[in-house]
Amino acid sequence: MPPVATSSASFRDAIVRGLAAPFAALLRAIDWPMRGLQRLIGERHMAYVFLLPNLVFFGVFVFVPLIINVVFSVTGGAALFPSERPYVGAGQYGYLFDCGSYLDPGSCREDHFWRGVANTARFTVFQVIAMVLFSLVTAVVLNMRIRGRGFFRAVYFFPVLLSPVVVALIWKWVLQRDGVLNAGLTALGGQKILFFVDPGWAMFWAVFVSIWAHMGFYTLILLAGLQAIPADLYEAAEMDATPRWRVFWRITLPLLWPNLIVVIVLALIRGVQTFDEVFVLTGGGPGTATLMVVQYIYETAFSNQVQNFGLAAAASVVLGIVLFALTLAQLIASRRRSA
Amino acid sequence: MIKNSWIAAVALAASLLATAGAQAQTTLRMAWYSDGNEGEVLLDLLKRFEAKNPDIKVIVDQMPFKAISETLPVQLASGQGPDMARVTDLGGVARYTLDLRPLVQDPAYWEKNFGPFLEWMRPEGDKTSIPGFMTQLTITGPFVNKTLFEQAGVAMPGPKASWDDWAKAAKAVAGKVQAPFPIAMDRSGHRFFGPAISEGAKIFDASGEPDLIDDGFKVMAKKVYDWHASGVMSKELWGSVSGAAYRGANDEFKNAQVVMYMSGSWQIAQFDKTIGNAFDWVAVPNPCGPGGCTGMPGGAGLVAIKTTKDPKAVARVMDYLASEEVLREFYGRSLFVPGHLGLSAQGIDYPGASPLAKAALGVFAGEVKGITPLANKVKTYPYNQLLFNAAISRLGQSISGEISLDEAYKRIDSDAKQQIAERKKK
Repeated sequence: MPPVATSSASFRDAIVRGLAAPFAALLRAIDWPMRGLQRLIGERHMAYVFLLPNLVFFGVFVFVPLIINVVFSVTGGAALFPSERPYVGAGQYGYLFDCGSYLDPGSCREDHFWRGVANTARFTVFQVIAMVLFSLVTAVVLNMRIRGRGFFRAVYFFPVLLSPVVVALIWKWVLQRDGVLNAGLTALGGQKILFFVDPGWAMFWAVFVSIWAHMGFYTLILLAGLQAIPADLYEAAEMDATPRWRVFWRITLPLLWPNLIVVIVLALIRGVQTFDEVFVLTGGGPGTATLMVVQYIYETAFSNQVQNFGLAAAASVVLGIVLFALTLAQLIASRRRSA
Repeated sequence: MIKNSWIAAVALAASLLATAGAQAQTTLRMAWYSDGNEGEVLLDLLKRFEAKNPDIKVIVDQMPFKAISETLPVQLASGQGPDMARVTDLGGVARYTLDLRPLVQDPAYWEKNFGPFLEWMRPEGDKTSIPGFMTQLTITGPFVNKTLFEQAGVAMPGPKASWDDWAKAAKAVAGKVQAPFPIAMDRSGHRFFGPAISEGAKIFDASGEPDLIDDGFKVMAKKVYDWHASGVMSKELWGSVSGAAYRGANDEFKNAQVVMYMSGSWQIAQFDKTIGNAFDWVAVPNPCGPGGCTGMPGGAGLVAIKTTKDPKAVARVMDYLASEEVLREFYGRSLFVPGHLGLSAQGIDYPGASPLAKAALGVFAGEVKGITPLANKVKTYPYNQLLFNAAISRLGQSISGEISLDEAYKRIDSDAKQQIAERKKK
């Protein structure tokens, strides 16, 4: 047996050497120009050289489109190139915000946008609360010494790996008139429910499917937080015969709080950005009951020959500001956590 | 000796160049969508064209209809489109089309056989260009599951029956045979406008500008609204999605769940293939009202795109595909109502069609005569899609209970006006 182990180790080493050789050659090739550059600009400025590729990537694919989007938001017409579009100033924003009352989408000139805002807010609130609760419970259970723990961890994480479109199509298949759920209901003597015709049911399933698809990711974050809590704290509590609920309330929750903040903020951002799953699952209906802001933007810009790029860009800027505020909140929360 | 070598080298180079020239091939791209088997028929026809014209290669990009209606206009606006495209929003893409008049062999042939349809494809104010030809002429109209009527023992309304007659009969049939959809209508403004015009909608004001909301429009909108409330129509189509999203009831009709399905002639090939002899399905004339018994004309046209780098090659392909013999085969094998006046007058033989499909094609061919001038005017109006979108989006909201019918009327009017104004901004 030992000779086999030796040969397999040397085989592994050969593979590692074979794979490493091109990288080593590449590093040698860039070594001398980098040294030359360092001599030229000084060691302190080398950080900018290493940041440059990422900055170029960010600039071309994020910053420039962002600027173009802002430019589009102050133009009108149906032309695609900004140079061919007439300048309308804040006209698109004025049209978006022309409301009798912001709490009543029906009083707004562009009521679809405000219905999208209201739906997105409702969706996000329900989704975040339910997501955090279910993720927390699941993480706590998966952190216990239960049989098949590894299997369950994989099971809960698996939907995260699926494409949102696949997730939505699977659930659509389950929930449609002649779907699996209705087949089950009628087999039990019940009546078919048209889930996508009733606004309440449609929103419920939009939230449910989103939680089903993403809960694994948040559970993982919380599980990592739970595993980082020192075991001696629990041992001390056990020696004091502290009730389990008190242990959870006084030890687990406070120490998990930084992770919970991250989960809440990430879930909030994702909720505001929601599009693909809900679009495929409900199409924004019934009526506009599950129309989200991002779907509104997509349809205003591209769907059915409307091509109102200016209005869609203005709505994108508004959404961008909201997301920026949420991202800022996440950054502050993360800094407090590290402090 | 040296001189001979030079001569040999030059001769070799010349022959190589000549060979290369003979093999130089122009590659053209065509964006295409299919409802039935027309994509296969087209590929077959193009194969024959390429065999006779080895200097041209046509790559057909078969894409879903959604990509044609949503992605292609953006591609065209950016100047990155294909050389040819099969489109239904002819007015919407008119500004990107190439005028083939100076390029085709016989412009008079095109005028004579595609004349009325060329108007649908031309940009606003253009009276002469030849942008393409109709791969298919369509007309909206209802299909009926005749077997369900027979099983229920209910008589089918006659040729001049009204929408109310059909609604009553379809409800009676559905009640007796437990069909979930007495009437299904595609969730599409285009489908709604035919019945609305039949009920007396005028669509345009005296100056020719759109003015959608009048008594005729309201009559049909109210009917559709009431049918959803009373169960004649299920909310699963019109009430289940938002905006102007399209929903069809093809699958429900094929599964014998629909008594009467308001769709159009383009469904025939699909029904012929998928329903087979599972039940008897028939096309019936469009129901009548005070404004006529009209369906909405429409169809798909193959148009040349002006950003093409090889307009002459495009014209050769278009000349071939639009030729009478090729189109006869194309329409015949695809089970399409011809968009070629000569062939329409001669009649098309549909060799692969079942008797049910042939009968349905006959009914739709007869319906062409009943298209009212107003329906034709709506079809040629370049912003008609915006009118369709506004109507379907707001009526959908009303049907789902989100807004009242009166609120829907106001919104339809303001949406249409705002979007047209936005489109016209220069």
